[in-house]
Amino acid sequence: MFGAGGGTSSYKEIEETDAIVLWGSNARTAHPIFFHHLLKGLSNGARMWAVDPRRTDSAKFADVWLGIDVGSDIALANGVAHEIIDAGLENKEFIANATTGFEDFAAHVESWTLKRTAEVTGVPVEAIRDLAHGYANAEKAQIMWTLGITEHHTAVDNVLALCNLSLLTGHVGRWGSGLVPLRGQNNVQGGGDMGALPNKLAGFQDLADEEIRVKFETAWDSEIPPEPGWHLTDMFNAMGRGELRALYVIGENPADSEADVTHARKALEGLDILVVQDVFMTRTAEMADVVLPAALGWAESDGTVTNSERRVQRTRAAIKPPGDARQEIEIISDLARHLGDNSWGQPTAEDLWEELRTVSPMHAGMSWERIENEGGIQWPCPDENHPGSPFLHDRLWKQPAEGRLAPFSCVDDRPPIESLDDQYPLRLTTGRTLDSYNTGVQTGKYNSPIRTGEALEVSTADAEKLGISEGERVIVSSRRGSIEMTVEVDPDLPVGLAFTTFHFPELVDVNQLTNSAYDPKSGTAEFKAAAIRVEKMIDA
Amino acid sequence: MPDLKFGDSLPTDSEKKAVDKTIESHGPVTIEITERLVYAGRQRTQERRHLLLPALHALQRTSGWISPGGLDYVCRVLEVPPAEAYSVATFYHLFSSQPPSGDQILHVCDDIACSLNGANDLIDGLKKEGYETKPSPCLGQCERGPAVFVQRIASDDSVLFDADLKQITKSLTENLEKESVKLPQAGSDHLRLLARVGIVDPNSLEDYKSHGGYDALTKALEIGAEQIIEEVSTSGLRGRGGAAFPTGVKWKAVADEKDKAHHLVCNADESEPGTFKDRVLMENDPFALIESMTIAGLAIGAEKGWFYIRGEYPVAKQRLTEAVVKARKSGLLGEDILGSGKRFEIEIRSGAGAYICGEETALFNSIEGFRGEPRNKPPFPTTNGLFDEPTVVNNVETLANIPRIILNGGEAFAAEGTDQSSGTRLFCLSGRVALPGLYEFEFGATLGEILDAAGGFSGPGNLKTVLLGGAAGSFVTQESIDLPLTFEDTRDAGVALGSGVIMVFSDTDELTKTVLRIAEFFRDESCGQCVPCRVGTVRQEELLIRIADKNSVDADISLFDDLAAVMSDASICGLGHTASSAVRSALNLGLLETQ
Amino acid sequence: MSETTKKYSETLVEITLDDEKISAPEGSTILDACKQAGIDTPTLCWAENLTPVNVCRVCVVEVEGSRALVPSCSRPVEEGMVISTGSERVNTSRRMVLELLASSVELDRADKEILEWMAHYGSNPDRMGNSSEIKTSNQPVKIQDDLYVRDYERCILCYKCVEACGDDAQHTFAIATAGRGFEAHISTEFDVELPDSACVYCGNCIGVCPTGALVFKTEHDMREDDSWDPDNQKVTETICGFCGVGCNLELHTQNEKIVKVTSPSDHSVTEGHLCIKGRFGWQHAHPKN
Repeated sequence: MFGAGGGTSSYKEIEETDAIVLWGSNARTAHPIFFHHLLKGLSNGARMWAVDPRRTDSAKFADVWLGIDVGSDIALANGVAHEIIDAGLENKEFIANATTGFEDFAAHVESWTLKRTAEVTGVPVEAIRDLAHGYANAEKAQIMWTLGITEHHTAVDNVLALCNLSLLTGHVGRWGSGLVPLRGQNNVQGGGDMGALPNKLAGFQDLADEEIRVKFETAWDSEIPPEPGWHLTDMFNAMGRGELRALYVIGENPADSEADVTHARKALEGLDILVVQDVFMTRTAEMADVVLPAALGWAESDGTVTNSERRVQRTRAAIKPPGDARQEIEIISDLARHLGDNSWGQPTAEDLWEELRTVSPMHAGMSWERIENEGGIQWPCPDENHPGSPFLHDRLWKQPAEGRLAPFSCVDDRPPIESLDDQYPLRLTTGRTLDSYNTGVQTGKYNSPIRTGEALEVSTADAEKLGISEGERVIVSSRRGSIEMTVEVDPDLPVGLAFTTFHFPELVDVNQLTNSAYDPKSGTAEFKAAAIRVEKMIDA
Repeated sequence: MPDLKFGDSLPTDSEKKAVDKTIESHGPVTIEITERLVYAGRQRTQERRHLLLPALHALQRTSGWISPGGLDYVCRVLEVPPAEAYSVATFYHLFSSQPPSGDQILHVCDDIACSLNGANDLIDGLKKEGYETKPSPCLGQCERGPAVFVQRIASDDSVLFDADLKQITKSLTENLEKESVKLPQAGSDHLRLLARVGIVDPNSLEDYKSHGGYDALTKALEIGAEQIIEEVSTSGLRGRGGAAFPTGVKWKAVADEKDKAHHLVCNADESEPGTFKDRVLMENDPFALIESMTIAGLAIGAEKGWFYIRGEYPVAKQRLTEAVVKARKSGLLGEDILGSGKRFEIEIRSGAGAYICGEETALFNSIEGFRGEPRNKPPFPTTNGLFDEPTVVNNVETLANIPRIILNGGEAFAAEGTDQSSGTRLFCLSGRVALPGLYEFEFGATLGEILDAAGGFSGPGNLKTVLLGGAAGSFVTQESIDLPLTFEDTRDAGVALGSGVIMVFSDTDELTKTVLRIAEFFRDESCGQCVPCRVGTVRQEELLIRIADKNSVDADISLFDDLAAVMSDASICGLGHTASSAVRSALNLGLLETQ
Repeated sequence: MSETTKKYSETLVEITLDDEKISAPEGSTILDACKQAGIDTPTLCWAENLTPVNVCRVCVVEVEGSRALVPSCSRPVEEGMVISTGSERVNTSRRMVLELLASSVELDRADKEILEWMAHYGSNPDRMGNSSEIKTSNQPVKIQDDLYVRDYERCILCYKCVEACGDDAQHTFAIATAGRGFEAHISTEFDVELPDSACVYCGNCIGVCPTGALVFKTEHDMREDDSWDPDNQKVTETICGFCGVGCNLELHTQNEKIVKVTSPSDHSVTEGHLCIKGRFGWQHAHPKN
């Protein structure tokens, strides 16, 4: 947010906040332990709004559920902003002290009246007003989101639209107020921290900044190309064009997890060489020319991961990896040696960490020992006497504000790329269940008593219209493919919306249906908004 | 409250209707405004939780049990997790988790007083006749036992008393109820609390008014809250429920609490074995209690009063419910009491068969829709009571004194009785006396004087012992005959005045059975929350059985001492604290060794 | 600084604890003060990550001016409070609480310290009578799925599992105390099997159970075939490999196998609580095929 790639707040803060806005996140299911903190907040009297096309398990805890049309988040955020300004509830002092571009922004959202917002989003006027006033009037307020915000072709703009609301009300930079994107995987944050982004080096330092590049080049004694690399979707496009010929995949299963997966598999098949480093023989690994069996990150390896409150924490090897599986650090160092660089040696996780501290200022104060002793440390932590940062941007509350002021962003509503039509009249959105995780590579290995398997959930009205009933097998088609699925009727789903998970690709290849259209700014595909058709099976 | 999961059972139409009617004032937790807007959430859930107990009553009355489909329906509308609702339902003995075999269940009192009057033969007889019969702890009909509480499906419950098998089966088939007040002192000038009992028509507000009713409320409105509390403090009135806490102090503590809503609770969960005084007041002078509560509400700044009546008192509940309606219609309750601009409402709640709910904090949990488990004190009800807000809890008899204090002044009240025990006291006489019933005496009367008034010992054999204060009290002998039954004298003598129970036993009565029944009572009524009481009451009963078998206490007395110590020292509430007191006095007096 | 929320106020009150005058933060409990003073206090129903329910009564102490003994786990200290933790009354009640429990439930798999306290206070459950003649919680083990085993003859009704399932952590409320008195027991609605209840298998009930009434199926099976060997187990702290919350896991391993997963109750991320994936999703580390 506003320069740093991480959530602004600590989990504990939500226990003490007054207003909770959960937007495009089913944290009860996808981030259960974060949700424990949220529940404490509710017990302590916070009011909660859930913005989601579905009345999810999380939304059922909310005081108010706003059933938004898939992909109309920017419209709703702009409408809420308009109402806050219209009612004079914006935090004028904060805006003057800490932000830029308010006048333009106010003009930009001028047309987003309650009436228009309601028409575009499907959310009644009364609810938009309630959210706007509740959020603005709260002493402390937090907005949380997950992939419901980011798995759209407008991912980055969606996030900016939510940031606008926090700037408008000053709900950022203080204990109990902030913006929290909940990370989907245990080290998404850490990957970003370490520079696994096309345009960043470790510590979110800009690749384009020559001074920074030189610092790294000196430390690493090698040259760093100044042009940004590709993000995942770029890579698949480059594979499609025949431009990317060799791929080294570490701990990812794109042959199951990519949107429009038929297309993705084709791209992988066209590679000259595919190397997969994983703990299991995934579908992607099965396609590989070389498979490098690796130790489990969380149980068989030493290292660090960073969570959604920017806390760097230690993983430790509790057991030895089986058979030929090796530590990933070892594999990669060996690979470097085979590629002709003998300078790597056999570094330990601690060696790597200590090296990172020398190049990444936000990690500089976190010694290996401190991370060990203090139960993790939240970045930024610039020196060894610094306690770490429970929340970001208190600088915006200094008089005058320190650092770069936070800009409002004028972002526009752009509906999902794939619109509904007579051919494909239903909106399909995807998500997780509590006991499973991603493509089920790991969670498929334990016997969960609450696992119900993959199903296509449809509303009662749609089920009636289609003449289908609970448990029936149907054909589900999108513009990219057709699969067979079992129907589950969910009375809580709004008409026109269908939902499924994607945990069992071997049984139900859901990503054959999803859309690989993506946000050029983030490279995230629009998993959350495909257009589908559901048909009864024809009797054999 | 999401994460709710329901079974496949469905409610019947009548169950649905009954539940809907019970919650109609509040509506269900979740309301769907449109397909895209739903209101629910913690606050709406919390505001409705107190409807759980009434909803369970509705199910029990409709179907004769808490059916899985019915419970699911309650849980859906109130968003209570089914496991919690089940846990609450199974706490109460009047809720059944098994389907009924007929259209009524007979709860026959086999407690200490009724068993002197042949309750056990009655149970055998009724069972032989094919009635669904359950033995019950004291039903509060001790002066006219044996008694039967008839719990009916889809029809009103009733109580049958003073009857043999023939009469009872006749009453059941013809659904007859009779009126009887056993008030041997009726007509006496000395009566205060009982002055109107048997004289005034309990169904008539006009009649109540013509007997001085509501004069006190009029005066209370004139003098205002502070002066009311002043008079009550001056009166020296102390609680009649058993704890004898000064009422004025309690009221002032709550009145002084700022920033939160205040509550008044009338504790009418009269369940102490041998006690029936509150029932007589409620059944025969209900408006007096409504007037008293209204005055108390004004005094402590509460706009809401809760009348918690034990489930086995259907007549009291019905009369009070009607009285509340009539008072409201006449502007004596509601938004603007007698044009004063003051607001006060009374809500009546029924218990469902749990002695422990007479403990004030258990009573809060019961009203709030939780298991009737006592809370640890402190914090005390005066700061953290019902719904965690400042609350005054007063016993029925305590409140009944209020109009007189307001009309005549606190000093006049204090002039009666003794220094530390002002006013009059109700005594529940039962067992081997000539004229069992409810008596009222100015404090200071001795046990002997009271027994004399009741016609003295009567029955086979000779007076052996008297149980004072109920199951939580103690046995005394002839030696205590001159003991004045005041708070101070009984305390000094190491006995308990409790709820005014005086139960007389002869040397021909099977006292071992009586003592074992007391031990059984505590084991049965322990809520099970804390270890000392949950296990201690079981071990106490087992030990007494062993002692009775061996007819010797020597071997096990050290175990008894330890059990008594841990229960009275380490239990959460008064039930555990007193669970061994009557038993100990019986052991000390050698009552178990006589047979 | 991983924790910025302060638990107690900075105002101190003076109390007398076992004849020593000490200061304790306002709002802290007598138990906190005992810990601070190094006084060993037995607890069964208390846990760092749960709201005190003060039902077991084993932590009682004597407070001057209070007729009954006082549960130290929940009672806040007050200015001038005079507390004794080793009086005869205290020792009798502690001994009796343990004696009462041990006479009614199996404690052989309970936390080691429970057995140590029994020895310390001289509890002799045998004097309650021959176990065939007295009431006990004897009943069959409940095994209804591949993750949990519920052995309620070991249950001391400390309410910890109910709290962890309910509003102290998980807010699922799949279990509660049903019945009353000695018949009170932990149950789902109408005692339906766990997979048919609201249970989401977070295992937080197992995490807080002090007596081995609730255990992982792995532990139960190993105990049954006599291979459970706590002396040969080590505990390694790591971070869960699933979602981005970053929950701290304690992997209990024996012979290079994970046998149980817990979480530290004093860590701000989990406060000791996990979800089904963190608690049971480790089995891919030991795939069956």
